[in-house]
Amino acid sequence: MAEIDAHIPEGELTEKWTKLRSSMPLVNPANKRSIEIIVVGSGLAGASAAATLAEMGYKVKCFCFQDSPRRAHSIAAQGGINAAKNYQNDGDSTYRLFYDTIKGGDYRAREANVHRLAEVSTNIIDQCVAQGVPLAREYGGLLDNRSFGGTQVQRTFYAAGQTGQQLLLGAYSALERQIGMGKVEMFTRHEMLEVVVIDGKARGIIARNLITGELERHFGHAVLLGSGGYGNVFYLSTNAMGSNVTAAWKAHKKGAFFGNPCYTQIHPTCIPVSGDHQSKLTLMSESLRNDGRIWVPKKKDDNRKASEIPEDERDYYLERRYPAFGNLVPRDVASRAAKERCDAGYGVGKSKLAVYLDFKANTERYGRIEANKHNIHNPDLETVMRLGRDVIKEKYGNLFDMYAQITGEDPYELPMRIYPAVHYTMGGLWVDYNLMTTVPGLYALGEANFSDHGANRLGASALMQGLADGYFVIPYTIGAYLSKELATKPIPTDHPAFVEAEANAKGILDKFIAINGTKSVDYFHKKLGKIMWDKCGMARNAQGLTEAIAEIQALRKEFWSDVRVPGTSDSMNPELEKAGRVADFIELGELMCIDALNRNESCGGHFREEYQTEEGEALRDDENYAYVAAWEYKEGVKFELHKEQLEFKNIKIAQRSYK
Amino acid sequence: MSTGNMNLTLKIWRQKDNKAKGNLVDYKVSEISPDMSFLEMFDVLNEDLVTKGDEPIVFDHDCREGICGACSMFINGRPHGPKEGITTCQLHMRSFKDGDTIVVEPWRAKAFPVIKDLMVDRTAFDRIIASGGFISVNTGNAQDANALPIPKSQADSAFEAAACIGCGACVATCKNASAMLFTSAKISQLAQLPQGQPERYRRAQSMVAQMDAEGFGNCTNTGACEAECPKGISLENIARMNRDFYSAKFVSEEEV
Repeated sequence: MAEIDAHIPEGELTEKWTKLRSSMPLVNPANKRSIEIIVVGSGLAGASAAATLAEMGYKVKCFCFQDSPRRAHSIAAQGGINAAKNYQNDGDSTYRLFYDTIKGGDYRAREANVHRLAEVSTNIIDQCVAQGVPLAREYGGLLDNRSFGGTQVQRTFYAAGQTGQQLLLGAYSALERQIGMGKVEMFTRHEMLEVVVIDGKARGIIARNLITGELERHFGHAVLLGSGGYGNVFYLSTNAMGSNVTAAWKAHKKGAFFGNPCYTQIHPTCIPVSGDHQSKLTLMSESLRNDGRIWVPKKKDDNRKASEIPEDERDYYLERRYPAFGNLVPRDVASRAAKERCDAGYGVGKSKLAVYLDFKANTERYGRIEANKHNIHNPDLETVMRLGRDVIKEKYGNLFDMYAQITGEDPYELPMRIYPAVHYTMGGLWVDYNLMTTVPGLYALGEANFSDHGANRLGASALMQGLADGYFVIPYTIGAYLSKELATKPIPTDHPAFVEAEANAKGILDKFIAINGTKSVDYFHKKLGKIMWDKCGMARNAQGLTEAIAEIQALRKEFWSDVRVPGTSDSMNPELEKAGRVADFIELGELMCIDALNRNESCGGHFREEYQTEEGEALRDDENYAYVAAWEYKEGVKFELHKEQLEFKNIKIAQRSYK
Repeated sequence: MSTGNMNLTLKIWRQKDNKAKGNLVDYKVSEISPDMSFLEMFDVLNEDLVTKGDEPIVFDHDCREGICGACSMFINGRPHGPKEGITTCQLHMRSFKDGDTIVVEPWRAKAFPVIKDLMVDRTAFDRIIASGGFISVNTGNAQDANALPIPKSQADSAFEAAACIGCGACVATCKNASAMLFTSAKISQLAQLPQGQPERYRRAQSMVAQMDAEGFGNCTNTGACEAECPKGISLENIARMNRDFYSAKFVSEEEV
């Protein structure tokens, strides 16, 4: 088992990035014009990278499977984006953001990467405002902030409940500007199906035109994957229907190691599952925990309506267990606590797999403040609640509307019912400090890589990381590689490696059609999802994981002999697209279970029931598991473990406490 | 797999590709639950078609939470169906009754050619943005975000315009297939912000020129776009755009 080198620069933590950035080899403007870069994915990471690299002078080709780059799933991020601006004068700093993120990730992230992220966080906000992104403001005209989980400062910038949308539209407009100038060539409705590797270096991709079904060959001096996370391995998640692991998985099969695949984020506040027909789950932003109090009845199997349960018969279990952070504990902690209460028989709603998120207390508090502002003395409760409701509406209106649409209940009157759901994957392609995978010239950005969130991501940090990677990291670090590629002329796409990669992709597509079995792709996807949720979900144990591995292997066999994909491979065929994605999810699912079984400790989102404290908190094993598990793909869906030891020189590693 | 008790007749537009002639085809779905979303009802139908060896119905969809703007069905003569302020994916079957017949068509507009079945090509919208829907600032050393205070009312108004999801319902519902609401929302967002001032008039001119070049129709103030917009984008934006477009001829220092 070989140790792998993350290429972390020498020197003091606070100076590593500045020094590296200032000494990084550069590519002169004339040379940039002859260098081609492929970007797969057009979300926050992909769009910001494509736009910035084109601004710098590189020739960029950008690919997305959606009909427009504006629809990448970053668009759905709700709550906000963190930055260490300290605008609220509440003691925030680069160090504190760095510290909170390392601690929030349960000490399983790289110090150097996270510090860099905290350093560039402030530039992101400046850049977005310069682009005209309408972030929320206070009456004085300055930017507003709110709180998110796992921190005690207010450093989250937001645009109502549509922060991801506004940031993505900012990056999208920068990208469209470059497209309009002819500096980025955009390929919408295209899906990457292969990475082309020549002499050990990534040199291009095979992409399928989803309208015509044609396979296309594209050369690049470097290939960047900003293709997002793999939460849809669970079938039900808050991800978009099209979100998939295919680009990352194909890269993995061409030699890119996969880092910490078992680190999955189960988000505590989602709308509970309502039935078998459900195709996806909907998040209710973590920002709601600013003003919503989470509770269950103190009595088991209490079937009374929420409004009929008096105050002293309610268990505000997060406030009880974690008085210092209360409802704003990190996501992994909040999710497990909800599961614990429901498993113990205190759940609410028809399925009993839900807890209440209640805005009444804060609606009343806001109402009284408003009444004061309006000089209404001794207001009656009705007036107070009406005024308070207006405040809540302004802050979270779109989320409340969404909830009402889906559940048919009015959240202004009744507390919301919520339950944890798969939301984000901290694991992803292993990358070094420069965001390069183990395949030279192949990079991974944003959620597609594993780099910055350790075993648990804090709220409002995904948008920060996606944009940090795309706007402020890759544009510098890629120069180190490309400066050595100036002599490489564009490789003609009739090169044998392109021919072989295309034949390989075509072979797989034709095979799906040829199987002509009896079960739909969704049948397999749902089965996989159930195995993953039951045995590799919020709580895992050795026995369950061992069973899951065997079940997934059997499922893979069944899939490859009995799936039914109608239509042809050389025309538009959404079932065929799904088949490819589910085939990759099945292989990934097995690796996730292998990784979870290998990690004999609990940390962040990875909770192994065998390893917990007496109070039921995650129990890490720093002596044996303070490493990144980087898996290498071997022929025949086998995986070999490599380790990157994590060193904590600036933070004292400790039992995480939010009490 | 369905759990409900609604039985419905669907008349769905089927069209093999851009060149083929399409037609409405009848389908029956049964045991539909009122808690299902409209697209989940389509999933049930498609699963059924696949199992029978038929080709499933192609339609655009992705986030299924009303924000990506992909879904685009013209349901019983209205874009995104009978309810106001939501997208197709947020429409639930409880908005229909057992025994209903539901007609589902694609967006219809010259600038949105049908690709297959209910899927249309909306890349014209991207080209309108590429023609000027941005602020020309490269990534780099932007000044501190708080160095530029913006009155809250102005920022809020810009945000309301920026809430557009680019779904195209405005075009689909307009008898002229006009893209004025979409185009004006971006122009108006940027025109209300200090960052957007340097390119303000140039932007209005080039985006309107691109909109016309794409073959979208003109605006005759029927207001259908505003009524059908799932994100409540206001007609005021069109007024703002027109103001900037006509002012451009007088105030712009450069030829556009």
